[in-house]
Amino acid sequence: MSFQIIEQSPKYDVCIVGSGAGGGMAAKILADKGFKIALVEAGPNFDPANPQQRTQLRWPWESPRRGAGTMRPFGDFDMAYGGWELDGEPYTRAQGTEFDWFRSRMLGGRTNHWGRISLRFGPLDFKRKDFDGKGDNWPIGYDDVKPYYDKVDKLIGVFGTRENIPNEPDGYFLPPPKPRLHELYFQKGTSKIGIPMIPSRLSILTKRVNKKRAACFYCNQCSRSCSVYGDFSSSSVLVNPAMETGKVDLYTNAMVREVITDGEGNATGVHYINKEDLKDYRIKAKVVILAASACSSARILLNSKSSVHPNGLANSSNVVGKYLHDSTGSSRMAFMPSLMDRKRYNEDGVGGMHLYTPWWLNDDKSLGFSRGYHIEYWGGMGMPAYGFGFNMENLNGMVPGIDGETKKAGGYGVELMKDVKRFYGSLVGMAGRGESIPQEENRCEIDKEKVDKFGIPVLKFHYKWTEEEVKQAAHMQDTFEEIISNMGGMALGEKPGKDSSYGLENPGRIIHEVGTTRMGSDPKKSVLNKYNQAHDVPNLFVMDGGSFVSQADKNPTWTILALAWRASDYLADEMKKGNI
Amino acid sequence: MDRRESLRTLLIGGAGTSLLLSCRLDEDTDVSKLTDIKEREFDYGRTPAEEARDEALLEQDFYTDEEMKTIIVLSDIIMPGDGSKPASEAGVPEFIEFITKDIPSHQTPMRGGLRWLKNESYKRYEKDFVDLSKEQQIAIIEDIAYPEDVKPEFTQGAQFFSRMRNLVTTGYFTSKEGVEYLGYMGNKPNVWDGVPADVLQKHGMKYDEKILSRSIKPEERNDIEDWEGYEI
Ligand SMILES: Cc1cc2nc3c(=O)[nH]c(=O)nc-3n(C[C@H](O)[C@H](O)[C@H](O)COP(=O)(O)OP(=O)(O)OC[C@H]3O[C@@H](n4cnc5c(N)ncnc54)[C@H](O)[C@@H]3O)c2cc1C
Repeated sequence: MSFQIIEQSPKYDVCIVGSGAGGGMAAKILADKGFKIALVEAGPNFDPANPQQRTQLRWPWESPRRGAGTMRPFGDFDMAYGGWELDGEPYTRAQGTEFDWFRSRMLGGRTNHWGRISLRFGPLDFKRKDFDGKGDNWPIGYDDVKPYYDKVDKLIGVFGTRENIPNEPDGYFLPPPKPRLHELYFQKGTSKIGIPMIPSRLSILTKRVNKKRAACFYCNQCSRSCSVYGDFSSSSVLVNPAMETGKVDLYTNAMVREVITDGEGNATGVHYINKEDLKDYRIKAKVVILAASACSSARILLNSKSSVHPNGLANSSNVVGKYLHDSTGSSRMAFMPSLMDRKRYNEDGVGGMHLYTPWWLNDDKSLGFSRGYHIEYWGGMGMPAYGFGFNMENLNGMVPGIDGETKKAGGYGVELMKDVKRFYGSLVGMAGRGESIPQEENRCEIDKEKVDKFGIPVLKFHYKWTEEEVKQAAHMQDTFEEIISNMGGMALGEKPGKDSSYGLENPGRIIHEVGTTRMGSDPKKSVLNKYNQAHDVPNLFVMDGGSFVSQADKNPTWTILALAWRASDYLADEMKKGNI
Repeated sequence: MDRRESLRTLLIGGAGTSLLLSCRLDEDTDVSKLTDIKEREFDYGRTPAEEARDEALLEQDFYTDEEMKTIIVLSDIIMPGDGSKPASEAGVPEFIEFITKDIPSHQTPMRGGLRWLKNESYKRYEKDFVDLSKEQQIAIIEDIAYPEDVKPEFTQGAQFFSRMRNLVTTGYFTSKEGVEYLGYMGNKPNVWDGVPADVLQKHGMKYDEKILSRSIKPEERNDIEDWEGYEI
């Protein structure tokens, strides 16, 4: 059998790998500037307005499993083609360590179903080491990124309110939706104990930002991706307009294996496998941008070996794959007796919470851990799906029935049906999302023994939380109980204790993994410079979360978008100057 | 203008009323008809691989006819209808058949549980569960329906019944009939303008001035945001 790599004929200015937040932004900015682009995506094409792909406004009974998560981890209607495990694309974990890796393979990547929580990092978040002596500072500060946050806000749209809270920078906010009933209860509870609760900041259009996208119509289903583009998905909001410039060739179902280089170690393009014909192809470009998500981009670099760079491309520092870090997460549920027997009305609202709690203890040095967390809330009269009504026996023995008598938990028949109705909308919950301190040993590397079905060596993860994160989770759990009791609720289940690390989720579970190709001013200790450009390879950039030095308690995507825009501006300038 | 009409006006925004999915958002912002799209059963935006798996599962049978009969009887004991259809007429047994194949961890406990029930029925009445009188069936169910109050000899039965209760309840309340019975009002184009006033009042809540002045005003939702004069 002959092995042949098919050369795609046009030579591009820029080849972008991955079409999620980072790749979509790079494509949009560079296409607008007139560069000829190849956008290479491992998954299929996707458009939420395509009726064949649309899941928005489906009813649970349209699915034979009623929306259960058998096929897609967040349920049948969730818009992620992927999950924690992909057929034929394994990954491994070093013994005694944990990491769960979520991948979504489709145009737009994980931005088709993400939570739309769109937070800016604050001034402190770029310089935490100055404050607590741990981890490392970013080589840039808030002022470097602010102009780009501003531009992202205006281009994409995000609602919120100007609060003037230190380290929670305000932005160009569309007006927020009014709080739901359970959110008012939460606010009542938190205000009694001095915990702030403010309108959430989500990239959902309560008003329009241009003529191509309609305003949100409050179906609560952003996770299904919006068919009128009323929320931010990279596919519809960035890639579509980039394609309209006529400057972008989109290659879908194209799995990039490695970056190809010339004898001196400069990038000359990428090598990919077409998932449809399983043949190998090569795309040539003057510049390569990796934006395949933090771990995937690290994997591509580590697999791009040659005699010039035997441990992978852009890796003279040996830092590629290291400092991998995710947000922490821990959660609790509660039952609210005062929210029983509720009057029915359409409470869907936007896809996510209308209020949240930003970190409020930056100045408290006595906590025993040094980084903060924010709190996300849920509740309400949502659309039932598989799992709805489970474990009624844990609820219906807790409070007196309408007749004033407390029944035996469990039961059946009309009484049970009435109970389901009574308790509908009385369950609420909250989850902390916190900052972890990046560790060099927490990393992904190439598994020396395994390849995926395309023959590409796979990743092996090493990841352990430190005491910092465990203590932070303990604090979350104490806070949750305090909030629950102050809002008149009853906490459900056992309080997670030491044995379960206070409910601290496995690394990877919060799906904010970043840091694997971090930026820095010292080429010995970092992979990228402060413009996401590889120290070792000037015509190679990484524009996903890989560049993060640390990630605050703020979800990463707004910062990925701002940095990708900033790096694209820099790249364009350098090309014009002839430096690349 | 009644509430329905005014909602429609808010959703339409600009001119025109044609179906939105033609995708000319620049000319037509009417999203009110998005729900009118109809497709064949179980066609809900799956990938080809997902569709193939669903089809394969739908073609197999997990339960025997005899087991299915018991599931139907149990479904109607658990959700008999309350001015609404009983579970057996709301697609619950079909859902249980599918989900048992879809989530294999249900298989052994369900099959074993059904056997346990059959055995218990024979022990007490020398007949299969489905052939018992209503009173006899209920006598057994009463012994296994309250997990905090179960005699030691019935703990396995109670385990089974809890699983069955979960599946029937979830199957019922995710069916069209169940969603109607529950009174869920969403999953359609809407304009959220806060909690209704009477509900706020009943719960002793109110929106303060700050919230009211900053929140989105429904009549402005179709405007394009103008940042003139906005400062941060
Ligand atoms: C359920 C969920 C909720 C979330 N909620 C939030 C939130 O509220 N706020 C927030 O900020 N973040 C959230 N996130 C995280 C957010 O989705 C990511 O931060 C963001 O999508 C990262 O963008 P990216 O461009 O780095 O990667 P991705 O969006 O993952 O895109 C990477 C793309 O690259 C493609 N690709 C990968 N490998 C290759 C290859 N070898 N060749 C070619 N293409 C390749 C993938 O198919 C994919 O399309 C959430 C994530 C999940 C899963």
